[in-house]
Amino acid sequence: MSTHTPHPDLSPPITNVGVIGWLRTNLFSSWPNAILTVAAAFVIFATLPPLIEWAFIKADWVGDSRDACTSGGACWVFVSVRFNQFMYGLYPEAEYWRINLAGMLIVALVIPLFVERFRWKLSLGLFILVGYPIVAFLLFSGGILGLEPVETSRWGGLTLTLILASVGMAASFPLGVLLALGRRSTMPIVKSVSVVFIEFWRGVPLITVLFMSSVMLPLFLPEGTHFDKLLRAMIGISLFQSAYMAEVVRGGLQAIPKGQYEAAQALGLSFWKSMALIIMPQALKLVIPGIVNTFIALFKDTTLVLIIGLFDMLAMIEAALADPNWLGYSVEGLTFAAFVYWVFCFSMSRYSMSLERKLHTGHSR
Amino acid sequence: MSDSNPDPAVSEKPMIELRQVHKWYGQFHVLKDLNLSVKKGERIVICGPSGSGKSTMIRCINRLEEHQRGQIIVDGTELTDDVKNVDQIRREVGMVFQHFNLFPHLTVLENCCLAPIWVRKMPRREAEAAAMQYLEKVKIPEQAKKYPGQLSGGQQQRVAIARSLCMNPSIMLFDEPTSALDPEMIKEVLDTMVELAESGMTMMCVTHEMGFAKTVANRVIFMDGGEIIEENEPEEFFNNPQSDRTKLFLSQILG
Repeated sequence: MSTHTPHPDLSPPITNVGVIGWLRTNLFSSWPNAILTVAAAFVIFATLPPLIEWAFIKADWVGDSRDACTSGGACWVFVSVRFNQFMYGLYPEAEYWRINLAGMLIVALVIPLFVERFRWKLSLGLFILVGYPIVAFLLFSGGILGLEPVETSRWGGLTLTLILASVGMAASFPLGVLLALGRRSTMPIVKSVSVVFIEFWRGVPLITVLFMSSVMLPLFLPEGTHFDKLLRAMIGISLFQSAYMAEVVRGGLQAIPKGQYEAAQALGLSFWKSMALIIMPQALKLVIPGIVNTFIALFKDTTLVLIIGLFDMLAMIEAALADPNWLGYSVEGLTFAAFVYWVFCFSMSRYSMSLERKLHTGHSR
Repeated sequence: MSDSNPDPAVSEKPMIELRQVHKWYGQFHVLKDLNLSVKKGERIVICGPSGSGKSTMIRCINRLEEHQRGQIIVDGTELTDDVKNVDQIRREVGMVFQHFNLFPHLTVLENCCLAPIWVRKMPRREAEAAAMQYLEKVKIPEQAKKYPGQLSGGQQQRVAIARSLCMNPSIMLFDEPTSALDPEMIKEVLDTMVELAESGMTMMCVTHEMGFAKTVANRVIFMDGGEIIEENEPEEFFNNPQSDRTKLFLSQILG
């Protein structure tokens, strides 16, 4: 009786694995795919090397005037000379440390939120949302503890961009959640107020809102009342974005099955408790992409404040470009602006993706 | 009644009373003049064709649905628009749903502890210990740290039962607890329910599991078209149905 000897494992054909296999399945799987691959390769080879040459190889990095730019590539000297203004706006140079301190403080406060075992996350989060803005405001505006007062009109640059964006996010998110709940309420008055609010703010362009807040509003206020321009811009942006946020959150609420509400009710949870513990955690998780989308749009929309005479980072770059000493370097200036905005927006996007992964618990249906 | 019902778990005190209860969905009259009294410790099985109003009836008992005429009295408290009464009753009444309705973003243990902590104001440790006890009762303590999405349907339904029990209810309502389950998982859920019945819990159960009705029910109620057509002890109900509609239904369901 002969015994069975199994065949030895053969290695797979060379055309299925390794570099050739990968190329074959991913880049040249069909004629249209092959044509696209070749076309894309052409575009990359045509644009990338000149770009790298301009931005890095032939670029000038050090110096203190345009005379340093002789290599024919990008003149980053323009950015480095003006860097402080791009970051701090017209804030007095001797007081930069106050902004830096506020920046370091927020980083130090946020880090514990990412520590898995940290137990006071809720209290710390509340402090960041309520206490920190007050601390930062006092630090920026001064006038107490011997700090030199700095008017809000001198706040500017990336600092202003970040202030507007974070205030906008922190205010529009809770407001949006309340509006979304209001719009789904069975109480007719709450519902109609929410609908009118949302539809009004969604129906007007942000630029109009800012313009109204800065030019029209003072006309209606009693003579002599001073209402800070920056504060008005913040309120305008927050109300405007909260309408968008409300609709994003409402989308999430609609995706929650009725059974979740019923189970919460059947356990005796009150409306607010079932919202806070059962419905919102699920609904908000579903709409993380939409929320981050709105935040990213908000971040970039802050540049519009330049029409009411606030100098955010983009406005500072524009102003620097108008300087006769630096005429003709707009490509460098705008590339730098684009890069900074991209870094912030891309970080938000990556953070949202990691958050989605972390909160994924498998789905029950 | 106590002569005809020798079960020692059943006392004379009525836990649930329905008096001339009517309900409409718009123009549609779903519940028509329901009268029913459930005593403490009694186990009622409700059956009937789909759309007969049986789920609606038990959902009225913890006011997931509102009735528009008549009275519903649960453990001495009448269900009215008064939110306090509703909250009071929901604390006393546990409910198990056809589709489990576990909270997918919370672990099994968190599902069980949530209401005791937030509604009964129980300290977290105590709530967790109690929850583990109930999870052991339904025989899945080892799944406590998992999320509902990682469990089978039968396991999820047992967690749902444990979740309700954690509120220490005096009445349990079951709305077709096994009809969304694969056949091989029905038994494990029914076993849990039988055990619960043996512990003396007052239960109202909408189900088509006639075996379950025969073993644990004190009374079987047959509903059709929003009305209670027939009401009897299981033996009589199955062997000697009175109305033609009951006979038709039983012939269809028992094959």
